[in-house]
Amino acid sequence: MMAFLQANFPLLFNFTLLEEYGGRLIAGLIITIKVVGSSCFLGFFLAYPICLARGSKNWFLSKAALCYVTFFRGTPLLCQLYLVYYGAGQFRPELSQVGLWLFFREAYFCCIFAFTLNTAAYQSEIMRGALAAVPKGQIEAAAALGMSKLAIARHVIWPQAILVAIRPLGNELISIIKASALAAIVTLLDLMGQTRFIFARTFDFSVYLYCALIYLAITETIRRVLNRIERGFSRHLLVRSDATMPDAKTRGFRGPVKAA
Amino acid sequence: MQSLDLIIGPDGWGNLLLKGAVVTVLLAVTTVPFGFGAGLLLAVLKGSSSRVVRAGCDAFTTFFRGIPDLLSLFLVYFGLQALFDYAGKAVGLHVELDAFVAGVIALSVVVAAYSSEVWIAAINGVAKGQIEAALSLGLTKAQTFRKVVLPQLFRIALPGLGNIWTILLKDTSLISTLAVMDLLRAASEASRFTRSPMLFYCVAAGMYLVISIASGALQAWFEARSNRAYAA
Repeated sequence: MMAFLQANFPLLFNFTLLEEYGGRLIAGLIITIKVVGSSCFLGFFLAYPICLARGSKNWFLSKAALCYVTFFRGTPLLCQLYLVYYGAGQFRPELSQVGLWLFFREAYFCCIFAFTLNTAAYQSEIMRGALAAVPKGQIEAAAALGMSKLAIARHVIWPQAILVAIRPLGNELISIIKASALAAIVTLLDLMGQTRFIFARTFDFSVYLYCALIYLAITETIRRVLNRIERGFSRHLLVRSDATMPDAKTRGFRGPVKAA
Repeated sequence: MQSLDLIIGPDGWGNLLLKGAVVTVLLAVTTVPFGFGAGLLLAVLKGSSSRVVRAGCDAFTTFFRGIPDLLSLFLVYFGLQALFDYAGKAVGLHVELDAFVAGVIALSVVVAAYSSEVWIAAINGVAKGQIEAALSLGLTKAQTFRKVVLPQLFRIALPGLGNIWTILLKDTSLISTLAVMDLLRAASEASRFTRSPMLFYCVAAGMYLVISIASGALQAWFEARSNRAYAA
């Protein structure tokens, strides 16, 4: 089968290439996962204060947060990445003085830095939307019942906000995975970078196809897992008619269920 | 002001940056009819009765939505190049693919994949009763689509298409890696010569910001206009 494919579609299939360069692709994949993992994680914790600042009554704070979000959502990520990577090089003496040059010298850290700032802007908007989706009356009712602010956040706001936020946050994870390919342009040897390296050596187009399949496998898996998690979380909101009741084994997770 | 001289001085780079900005907008605007058109076609084909057609369209959208936009561009760009070389050899001609054209084709593919989902949601958003009514009045399926569904589609799809337009505007910057002198590449060029990347990338970011804020305002106006018959 493999020999047949290789013999008949040399433009699309080349398995000897994989034998030689497969290790490079895997090394690149690990870098991609590290970059995406750290920037999404850091971005999440940066996003919450931004989200709070955006809703703050302090005029300066809320406008500053708005500017931050507008800037990072309104300009291309590639431009932001260049700004960090090449822009930092311009301030080398100053950065060396405060010991930050070691950080900004590495494309790896520059990518994490730029992606973190970028995803924080998007994630903070997602959080803002999710928090706004919790009906005001519930919060007032909880306060009237004498619940503390923390208790309201924990027992009333967050459980409902997470439900709203989980899908867009998952989509944001997927888009950061896709955006992380830009790291290759600033010389980082992530999955895309290794692919470009291999292509430059072999001029074999099929390596781009393999790279695409790896990205596709990751994003599709996340998308499907996300569907399941969301369905699991929002079980209590689903209404089933008896005819579409899934069997006990898969209850709550699959089957043709319809939203109310 | 030294940095101001670099931009609007006699040997300033402002001209190149402005030209780049025009190319960026031009790239995005040229992509719109092809990208959104192909997306609508995909959406219609996904409702086809043939399983092969449906599966093919699904595979197309899943593939191009699941891989990085940069990779899509490379795939289409280098794929087209390989195809042209292959065809050129057969005919005995050497055809060089224009980077701008290749960029528009590549962006259109990505936009088509993204927008097909929006179109599908819009088609589903047209009230079922209207379609049933049209069919029971004796209109054919094609007539129903053309005369009943299509005129309403644009209004329903507008917010979703607006989001994709914003993505498209930013995605044009990826074309700068393919030898098109767009805004970002102009900034790169300028910063390489003057050794002040911070300045030029900041200016470029500012110009992108202006473009995206302006297009956001335009979008809001369009949406208000197309919904004026439905105002509460």
